[in-house]
Amino acid sequence: MSVDTATVAKIAALARIKVSEAEVAAMVPELNGILAWVEQLGEVDVTGVEPMTAVIENHLRLREDVIDADPLTGGNKRDAVLANAPAAEHGFFGVPKVIE
Amino acid sequence: MTDLTELGVAAIREGVAKGDFTAVEVAEAFNANVAAAQPALNAFIVATPEKALEAAGAVDADRAAGKPLGKMAGVPIGMKDLFATKGVQTTAASHILEGFKPEYESTVSQKLWDAGAGMLGKLNLDQFAMGSSNETSYFGNVISPWKRKDGGNASLAPGGSSGGSSAAVSARLAPAATGTDTGGSIRQPAAFTGIAGIKPTYGRCSRWGIVAFASSLDQAGPMARDVRDCAIMLEAMAGFDPKDSTSLDMPVPAWEAGLSGDLKGKKVGIPREYRMDGTADEIVKSWEQGIAWLKDAGAEIVDISLPHTKYALPTYYIIAPAEASSNLARYDGVRYGLRDLPDGAGLQDMYAATRAAGFGPEVKRRILIGTYVLSAGFYDAYYTQAQKVRTLISRDFKEAWAHCDVILAPTTPSASFALGEKSADPLEMYLNDVFSVPASLAGLPAMSVPAGLNLEGLPLGLQIIGKPFDEQGVLNAGLAIEQRAGFTAKPEKWW
Repeated sequence: MSVDTATVAKIAALARIKVSEAEVAAMVPELNGILAWVEQLGEVDVTGVEPMTAVIENHLRLREDVIDADPLTGGNKRDAVLANAPAAEHGFFGVPKVIE
Repeated sequence: MTDLTELGVAAIREGVAKGDFTAVEVAEAFNANVAAAQPALNAFIVATPEKALEAAGAVDADRAAGKPLGKMAGVPIGMKDLFATKGVQTTAASHILEGFKPEYESTVSQKLWDAGAGMLGKLNLDQFAMGSSNETSYFGNVISPWKRKDGGNASLAPGGSSGGSSAAVSARLAPAATGTDTGGSIRQPAAFTGIAGIKPTYGRCSRWGIVAFASSLDQAGPMARDVRDCAIMLEAMAGFDPKDSTSLDMPVPAWEAGLSGDLKGKKVGIPREYRMDGTADEIVKSWEQGIAWLKDAGAEIVDISLPHTKYALPTYYIIAPAEASSNLARYDGVRYGLRDLPDGAGLQDMYAATRAAGFGPEVKRRILIGTYVLSAGFYDAYYTQAQKVRTLISRDFKEAWAHCDVILAPTTPSASFALGEKSADPLEMYLNDVFSVPASLAGLPAMSVPAGLNLEGLPLGLQIIGKPFDEQGVLNAGLAIEQRAGFTAKPEKWW
C-alpha cells in the first residue's frame, strides 16, 4: 500500500496538523519509503498468534473507590490544572467560539 | 585536591558520607562544568545550579546533624527534560511545551531527590524522545564531547534520544543522569559516548510524570560512568507506583550489594541473527572480544536463535508511532503549552495551527505514520499484524531463556556518526536501533557498557539483555565486561 497527496492530506487532517501543499508533497515519498519498509511484516506467518497486549504480565489494579484517594492527583486542583493553560478564564479553559 | 568532577556516584556518596568533601563543594564543581560547557555542547536546556546547591546543602546539614543519608546523598545529577519537574520548565525538547512548568514532580525524579540527589539542570534530548542523534530537539543539537582522531573536527552525534544525558556524563558535567529508553534511547547514546546505561524491565520505574512517547515501551533508567553507579541509581529510581497502571508491584532488589563479576555457572547466549550485513567490522570484533571476556569470567557461551529479529525494527516503527500519535493528541493548545490562534480561527483550526507550529518534522512524521496505521481500513494490516509479530519476538526471547541466562550483543551497528550524516534519510537513522529495539519490544532489561575505542578513537558499547526482572544478571555480566575492558578513556577537552 502506498499513499498519495490526497491520503497524506487526509491523515494530516485526522491528526489535526496543518500542512501546506509543499509539505504534503515532500511527505509523500518519505512516508511511502517507511511504509514500503514496514510492509515486510506481511511475510510473517502469524496464524494462531495473539496480538501482544502486555510485554510483562501484570494485573490492572483498581484503586479504592473513594474521593481523592491520592491527594496529589485528587480533587480541588483547579488552579494547578489551569496554571499552564494558554488562556484560562473564570476558572475554565478558554477556547475560540465553537457555536455560531 | 582531587577534581571532584572526576568522581562517580559511589565515590561522591562515600566521600560526602566520610567528610572528605562536602556535597556543596561537589555541586559547585559540577555547576561550574555545566556552565562552562553549555555554549559548545548544548547538553542542557535549562541549568538549575540553585537546585543542585539547595539539595547539597540539605545533605550536608543532615550529615552534620547525624541523620541517615540516602542512596544518592550528595550526588548532583542531570535530569532528562522528559521528566516533569515541579516549577522547572519541562519541554520534551519541543516548542509546543516551551514554557511549561509542571505543577507536580515525576515519581522517578521525586525518588531521586528523596534519596539525596540534586538537580544540575534539565538535559536536552531528541524532541519527544524521537531520534537517535539528538538532531530533532527544538533547542538545538547536542554535540558529543568526543572527536574522531582523524585530524578533522566534525561534530559528532552523542546518540539519542538521551543525547544530553550521554554528553553530560561523558564530559564530566554530571556524574550521572536519567535517561529514558523506548527503542534504545539509553543504550545507544551510552555506547556512543563511552558510558554505561541500563533500561530495566518494563514496569520497574514508574512512568508517572514522564512525557509519554510510546507507553508500552517507555522505561526510565540511569546513565553513569560505570556499572556500580548504574546499580545505585537504578535502586533509587525503581519501585512500585500506584499512579502508573503498568508499574510492577515487586520489591526493589539490592542490586548494588548483589554485584558480582563472577559468571561461573552462567550461560551467555549469542544470537546468530544479530550477525547482520552492514555491521561494521570493528563492531563484530568488539563483540568477539566481549565473548572472550565473558568466557574468562567463567560463563559458558551458547549459540542461540532469535528467528524474528529482522522484523523487530519494522514492528517498532508501527507500534511506536501508533502509540505516539495517540499520546501526542493531548497537545491541543488548550490545557498547556503553545497556542497558535490565527485571526478568526475556530477551535479545529486552532488545534491544527498549534500542532503545526509546535511539533518538529520528525514528530509530525511519526504522528502521521501512527495515524495512518491506526486508521480505518489499515488497522489490521499494520497495527494488529505488528502486535502479532511483537508476540513472536517476545516468544523468541522466552525460548532462548531455556538455553541461556543473558544475551550478549553489540549495542549499535557502528560507532557515533557525524551530525547531518544520517538526518536526511529517516529510514537510515531508524536502522541505527537495530540491536536495541528487540529487547524493548519484549520489555526486557538491557544495558550497554563501554567495550573499547575504535581506530578513530571513538567508544564502542556492548549490550547485555536479560530475563524479565533479572537486572542483577544484566548488571553482573556488565560488570564482568567492565572489569576486563578496563575502559578509562574520556573525551579530550576542547569545549
